[in-house]
Amino acid sequence: MKLNNPRYNLMELMVCVASRQLEDGKTAVIGTGMPLSAAMLAQKMASPNLVILFEAGGVAPKLERLPISVADSNTQTGGLLHTSMDVIFEACQRGTIDYTFLGGAQIDMYGNINSSMIGTDYNHPKVRLPGSGGANDLASLCWKTLIITPHDKRRFTNKLDFLTSPGYLTGPGARERAGLPAGSGPYKVISTLALMGYDPETKRMRVESLHSGVTKEEVIENTSFEMFFVDPLPETPEPTDQELRVLREEVDPLGLVIGKSGQ
Amino acid sequence: MNEQVPTLLSQGELFSSPCVEEARSFFMQKPRTMSNKLMSVSEAVSRFVHDGDYIASGGFGGVRIATAVLHEMVRQHKKNLGLSGHTATHDFQILAAGRCFDRCDIAYIVGLEMRGLSANARRYMESGAVKMTEWSNATLAWRYKAASMGVPFLPTRVLMGTDTMKYSAAKTIECPFTGQKLVAVPALYPDVGIIHVHRADIYGNCQVDGITIADYDVGRCSKRIIITTERLVDTDEIRKDPLKTLVPFWLVDAVCHVPYGSYPGNMPYEYFSDEDHLAEWMEAEKDPGVFEKFIDKYIYGIKDFSEYLELNGGEARMAELRELEPLQRDGVRVVARAGGSR
Repeated sequence: MKLNNPRYNLMELMVCVASRQLEDGKTAVIGTGMPLSAAMLAQKMASPNLVILFEAGGVAPKLERLPISVADSNTQTGGLLHTSMDVIFEACQRGTIDYTFLGGAQIDMYGNINSSMIGTDYNHPKVRLPGSGGANDLASLCWKTLIITPHDKRRFTNKLDFLTSPGYLTGPGARERAGLPAGSGPYKVISTLALMGYDPETKRMRVESLHSGVTKEEVIENTSFEMFFVDPLPETPEPTDQELRVLREEVDPLGLVIGKSGQ
Repeated sequence: MNEQVPTLLSQGELFSSPCVEEARSFFMQKPRTMSNKLMSVSEAVSRFVHDGDYIASGGFGGVRIATAVLHEMVRQHKKNLGLSGHTATHDFQILAAGRCFDRCDIAYIVGLEMRGLSANARRYMESGAVKMTEWSNATLAWRYKAASMGVPFLPTRVLMGTDTMKYSAAKTIECPFTGQKLVAVPALYPDVGIIHVHRADIYGNCQVDGITIADYDVGRCSKRIIITTERLVDTDEIRKDPLKTLVPFWLVDAVCHVPYGSYPGNMPYEYFSDEDHLAEWMEAEKDPGVFEKFIDKYIYGIKDFSEYLELNGGEARMAELRELEPLQRDGVRVVARAGGSR
């Protein structure tokens, strides 16, 4: 993936764009890595009252250092509540959690995610991946699911090797027919190339803005399924100097997330 | 809700019985006496963990885990265990190193969150040596909870429409009141639960500080419970702040005094994780030959967990990890204490 702008790398770009999708005054259960960096940045920028919860039981901490585990001490510093995993997922199931923010090895056109295995034989996987963790639960129960992932043909796949966590499943109405909570589902996908959302009618993924310097053709080349585009198609606002400063100095000074290559 | 609910079949194997009557019979005969249960980790593992048992590891993979018990299960060559792969990271890595289990309920395995995937755990799971059934963090937590409640299942609103459901042993049911489609997850009664805590008395009354993850329920659904503790305290100390009590004495079978017992994991309010040593694990695992020597050095070739701590810098390193711990009690950093003897 080429990136012409010397001001930021691909990880910084994704985290900054992702952070702007989290509205102030909402609740969010967040996974480690890029999603958490984005949520921490959001809190320090436009969404100071974003309530961050961790599936292990940490609620509304004053996040001082970027946690490396969703259970480590950094998820608990200055917290409003130290509780347990069942309580967090029950809050999701009850309908009180607005966002979840996840990663994943593969994503399809309906926002379904694979984080379980690569290969064709479940019992003899080519690569065994961690599994659902809390992802199936969060993608089932939170109102809006955001995904952050590098953009390539392998990840943006036509057919998942394993459907770990539900997006819109097979299309409009499929979540409700399956028994999942009405009105919940995929919301945004932030990649190295674009910001994507979903067509409200077809539930198919579509590009809502292209990152600076990226072309439609580049997105099409790097996506295995047919990608749609809104018209007119805007450009994603670039990371601002202030976003980059806060991200580098306050959110991830050790470069745990933004120091990685983005591939 | 007139629509006929189709029965969604799952094909995963159920590795443990959700029968509440069997569980009640077991719990009926379990002694309630407030007796001294203090013993070494070696004794606890040889007495209470048997080949073939189903194990639930408390904490969260690399946070507040009972590392000494996990090492001892490897050292004693425990085999054919069932494992609840719930939030399983470094704990999973240890038991995979010993090839201790041959069946696993999977919510989160093989990975160590931001640290990447364990090469050895991956090889073990990709080898076909382990029977797998898929779940999720919530469903395994709720399976513990159902067992703790003494009911054979809990209704939930997750897994639906996914391969996680297909490869689980959950079942689709209809709510008898509303007709709502639900997924029933079966009670999980592990044979042995292992939990590391901040303080315990010799009878098993124990407390943790900070988040409890699924341990409140692990401490109730497990048939036998081994507690390792940072500190041994008098029962009066427990009574001072009973809201913090995780498990009362009559559920506990063994209490082991293991300072730094979550090492190299994080122990909230005590010490942070040893990321350098965890990185050594990850590096050594890349080459099976190198990893064999690594495990010989750190587990098979030593007597107990205190030797493991010594191999990793002993008290000096532990003091550094205390300095790195961000959570402080009452604003006062807990000072590193010498020793670790009883």
